Amino acid sequence: MSAVSAVSAVSAVGAPRHAVTTYLYRRPVVRLGLLLSAPLLWLGLAYLGALAALFITAFWSVNSFTGQVQITWSLDNFVSLFTDSVYRTITIRTVGIAVLVTLVDAVIAFPMAFCMARFASPAAQRVLVIAVLTPLWASYLVKAYAWRTMLSGNGFLHWALAPFGLDSPGYGLTAVVITLAYLWLPYMILPIYAGLERLPESLLAASGDLGARPLRTVRSIVLPLAFPAVVAGSIFTFSLSLGDYIAVTIVGGTSQMLGNVVYSNIGAANNLPFAATVALVPVVIMLVYLAAVRRTGALDNL
Amino acid sequence: MRNRKPLLAGLLCAGLLAAACGTSGGAAGGSAAPGPQGFTPPKLTPLAQLGQPEGQLSVLAWPGYAENGSNDPAVNWVSPFEQKTGCKVSVKTFGTSDEALSLMKTGQYDVVSASGDASLRLIASGDVEPVNTALVPNYADVQPFLKDKPWNSVNGVMYGIPHGWGANLLTWRTDKVIPAPTSWSPIFEANSRYKGKVIAYDSPIYIADAAVYLMAHQPDLGIKDPYALDQKQFQAAVNLLKQQRPLVTEYWSDYLKEAQSLKNGDSVVGTAWQVTVNQVQKDGAPVQSTVPSEGATGWSDTWMVATKSAHKTCAYDWMDYIVSPKANAEVAEYFGEAPASAKACGLTTDKNFCASYHAGDAGYASKIYYWTTPIAQCLDGRTDTQCVDYSDWTKAWTEIKG
Repeated sequence: MSAVSAVSAVSAVGAPRHAVTTYLYRRPVVRLGLLLSAPLLWLGLAYLGALAALFITAFWSVNSFTGQVQITWSLDNFVSLFTDSVYRTITIRTVGIAVLVTLVDAVIAFPMAFCMARFASPAAQRVLVIAVLTPLWASYLVKAYAWRTMLSGNGFLHWALAPFGLDSPGYGLTAVVITLAYLWLPYMILPIYAGLERLPESLLAASGDLGARPLRTVRSIVLPLAFPAVVAGSIFTFSLSLGDYIAVTIVGGTSQMLGNVVYSNIGAANNLPFAATVALVPVVIMLVYLAAVRRTGALDNL
Repeated sequence: MRNRKPLLAGLLCAGLLAAACGTSGGAAGGSAAPGPQGFTPPKLTPLAQLGQPEGQLSVLAWPGYAENGSNDPAVNWVSPFEQKTGCKVSVKTFGTSDEALSLMKTGQYDVVSASGDASLRLIASGDVEPVNTALVPNYADVQPFLKDKPWNSVNGVMYGIPHGWGANLLTWRTDKVIPAPTSWSPIFEANSRYKGKVIAYDSPIYIADAAVYLMAHQPDLGIKDPYALDQKQFQAAVNLLKQQRPLVTEYWSDYLKEAQSLKNGDSVVGTAWQVTVNQVQKDGAPVQSTVPSEGATGWSDTWMVATKSAHKTCAYDWMDYIVSPKANAEVAEYFGEAPASAKACGLTTDKNFCASYHAGDAGYASKIYYWTTPIAQCLDGRTDTQCVDYSDWTKAWTEIKG
């Protein structure tokens, strides 16, 4: 009783607030709506709004001489995107690079993450996680230019590989894959590490008790359970490679990727509408990829 | 996720809002009726008189044109200008004319050093305004063969102050390329000995370099002006560049990246500016450059003032300062080009400088094919055919790089 009277005494001041909380308590839809409005506004305006603007711009055109955007609706940009073979080549090349980078990263990251999660002591694990994250502290450009110097005709790789009768791959697609695989490796290691850490020890023990050799255990227990984590990592490496255009200008020699076409249409050609059209290609590829990936449960691993 | 209503409503609202923003943005296209140069510029009046300097100036320049000592403490002609006028200068550099054009569209810059392939487009879009040359005393000393040219004036109205000119040079490593080339053929011919070691300029305007080569080597194409190519001539130039692509290590637009490539020997022959050559020589690698037998493309640059500039007095002070004999001589020697001011030649540290750059030689200046914007109306005077315009040059450039 005394508690109730105390509340009613305070509520003389806080009555409107009390009414608001009661109202919100009774109407969960409104409560949820208000809670979500800030992130939704951000998502809607800054992200989906930008995408919508991109999509709309893709239908415009540009005055070829003065470079001014003309608001006339046409499908010309899409027609040239689909009919010019050069854009198909570039799209295939870009997807190829992204797939290769993802595979290389998965192959390097899996054993590393496995050792970190299974064999390292808790203290060592913390040190290793920091070690994996450290390269992210350095600027992207510094790392890309470091690879440019190393891959140069008389650079470090040339010197290091010469005794084996090999040579540096020089600037080109191989160099792009190496550089991007290096840049995005931490984004692959961390999700796999997190996934493997959650792997129950008992399952591995049970597998051993039932007579499975280590390789069989890896194949039948570890890989299937860790697969969603690998896919989660691949979302990062794949999407980051798909949109990259800086590494390829630094170490890619004459090659261009989708990002370069977008960039040169903004910077050189000053054709924003066509740049918007090209920029939709990676968006579509990512949507397809995410839709495919959703089935593996990888999105719960992010 | 169980309750989708607020989520959907929020998304829908935001989406509609953004769509509305998207449609209202963007300027209406100014489709100008063709005049003597294929267009009529918007009616703009030049500044009538100078006021008080506004204290600030934002300069958009080719690298090497507005040095403030940040690249080399000994090379600084921006600070004396700041002290003299009180206009604090911020400098932004660009690597290609197209980049300059899109940067000018942001409206953040007061003056720009535009080459011929940017200047006409800037004039046509109204991004720059006519210049009152009476307010630029040093304009009187500018070489007469640079005044009232098709790339810096329209109907006798000057849109800027000429600054300097030069050629895109054939450049090679003297220790790797023997004998010294006198023709562009090592960088274009499929059987070049320098396959995979050629460096080329990364801009659609580079198609004109191929056209200059074809003028000498395939005269039956009948190319008279490398910027006025009909469909057949254009296709020949594009094919030549596709043939060149396997030879190329890198396309450059950042001259420092090119300097690094030449210095490390990743590329040994290609097209470069004198400023790049100077840089590589300073870094200790042996390079030489020349205007080869076929001739070369080149630039003739003009300082222009932005229509929307809020610092026009500082902008005029800058234009006057940069073509003053001393500053013009400093820029010309540093960048490696012929200065526009006739009096600059007396102030260069190398007394033979102007002679070696043919600075006062109108005949030599006329042999360089200056960058200009290709338009549908043929610039060489042909009226029986349509020429390929710059937007198609851009598309072809993406195709060439593949």
